[in-house]
Amino acid sequence: MIVAEIKPLEEIKEMVKDKKGVLLVGCNTCTAVCFSSGKRELELLQTQLDLSLENPKPAFWQVIVRRACEPEMVTEISDYTREVEAILCLSCGIGVQTLSDIFPKKQVFPALNTSFLGRPEKLGFWQEVCVACGDCILHLTGGICPLSRCAKGLLNGPCGGSHEGKCEVSPDIPCAWEEIFTRLKEKNQLNMIRKTKEPRKVIRKPRYLLREDIFEDEK
Amino acid sequence: MKSNLERVLREKKFAVTAELGPPRGADPDNVREKARILKPYVDAANVTDNQSAVVYMCSLAASVLMIEEGLEPVFQITCRDRNRLALQSDLLGASALGIRNVLLLTGDHPSIGDHPEAKGVFDLDSQQLIQLTKKMREEGKLLNDRELTKSPDFFIGAAASPFNEPLEAHMMQMEKKVESGVDFFQTQIVYDLEKFKKWVSEVHERRIDEKAFIIAGVAPIKSLGMANYMKNYVPGVSVPDAVIKRLEKASDKKKEGIKICLEVIDEVKKIKGISGIHIMAIGWEEAVPEIVESAGLFPRPAFKE
Ligand code: SF4
Repeated sequence: MIVAEIKPLEEIKEMVKDKKGVLLVGCNTCTAVCFSSGKRELELLQTQLDLSLENPKPAFWQVIVRRACEPEMVTEISDYTREVEAILCLSCGIGVQTLSDIFPKKQVFPALNTSFLGRPEKLGFWQEVCVACGDCILHLTGGICPLSRCAKGLLNGPCGGSHEGKCEVSPDIPCAWEEIFTRLKEKNQLNMIRKTKEPRKVIRKPRYLLREDIFEDEK
Repeated sequence: MKSNLERVLREKKFAVTAELGPPRGADPDNVREKARILKPYVDAANVTDNQSAVVYMCSLAASVLMIEEGLEPVFQITCRDRNRLALQSDLLGASALGIRNVLLLTGDHPSIGDHPEAKGVFDLDSQQLIQLTKKMREEGKLLNDRELTKSPDFFIGAAASPFNEPLEAHMMQMEKKVESGVDFFQTQIVYDLEKFKKWVSEVHERRIDEKAFIIAGVAPIKSLGMANYMKNYVPGVSVPDAVIKRLEKASDKKKEGIKICLEVIDEVKKIKGISGIHIMAIGWEEAVPEIVESAGLFPRPAFKE
């Protein structure tokens, strides 16, 4: 899922303090699962803003969309936006951009910092595990992604900073390549990493995905 | 033409290299002076490339200054600060400027350096960079197969990590580097001889030493603080407690540091499969002449053209 966290209150206050009416929009998918954009977080943020902003302060409204990344679902909340000057969006960056596109006359503020594609490891602790690189190699690396979990995103085994399971960047961070090595050794699959992998062939530019089987071009 | 370092190694002479750290400044004399100190005592000297992800004068410029002083450089280049375009063009430029030895590295992560917010490039890794450099040299082609007007001529070096665990994982890395085209390795600093000997026997078992020269890293310790720092913070260095204790007791720490270094060299010289030493005395280049002389490694071999 997409992991995000709420921005510092001061930063959000700066964004909305001069507005007359602000609609808080939550998203009920990924970022709600990581406790950043559900009903509870909306309530809490509105209360904090109400208590800490000085008069004249904005009037607040709230609404939650199922998925803020989907234009159709965002369009459903049009009625809520009519009165307000600004939208404070509690969703990942995709949702913020979708709202900005659908409501071009409103100012749309991001209330969250989108962190990464990850998963919860413990309650309140998430880890990045995918970089959406566009060329998955997990079948060759024991199901552990070196692009996200190795600090340097290396493709060809541990660097000289890897020691006793830890990465050179911090004693608290496991070395992904040692994890890969251990996992492959257990599976008797070390040959998967015995040959040097070629440089990556993914071209980094704005990316699109078109699936012919479901694509409908309305002419 | 072969580099001086390559000739020394191929003629089975025990090689001596050192490290030259470029200054944090646009000051050519700093490099020239260090080069003058080192020149008579080493076969070539490595020029570090933003070592530990800290900004210094670029290693290409410092290498050229060294050549002007008559000291042969080992040009260090990392994948941290350059994408595949810059790596290839810098290597071509280095060869054009007369650089004959390269040490190809992944590079330390920017977060441990002096600009921790810097974007680490890591478009290629050291394994891929070794393959690429060999391809340019042997096939006269770039990564994308485009032909070069002239191939670069390099003696290709890489780093080896004798003290990193698990041993098997790092052995595999070494074997891959050899397969990719490495001619010589320079190892991380050796203090822990017991561990080092175990490592060399593993290297020997896998016959890596038959395919590439192995130069053992050594370094004089200047102070107790430095010893503790290396023990605790430098990735891949193992400083045994006995070494720390000796320094604690010694009244003249520098003298003791050099003595320990000489003892390590003495042992390393006897190990089969080790072709030379690499003295990493960054910031203490003046210690190199004394070490080389006391170790009985002076004068250095000279070749007629
Ligand atoms: S120590 Fe491991 S995880 Fe960290 S950069 Fe090196 S290979 Fe990657």
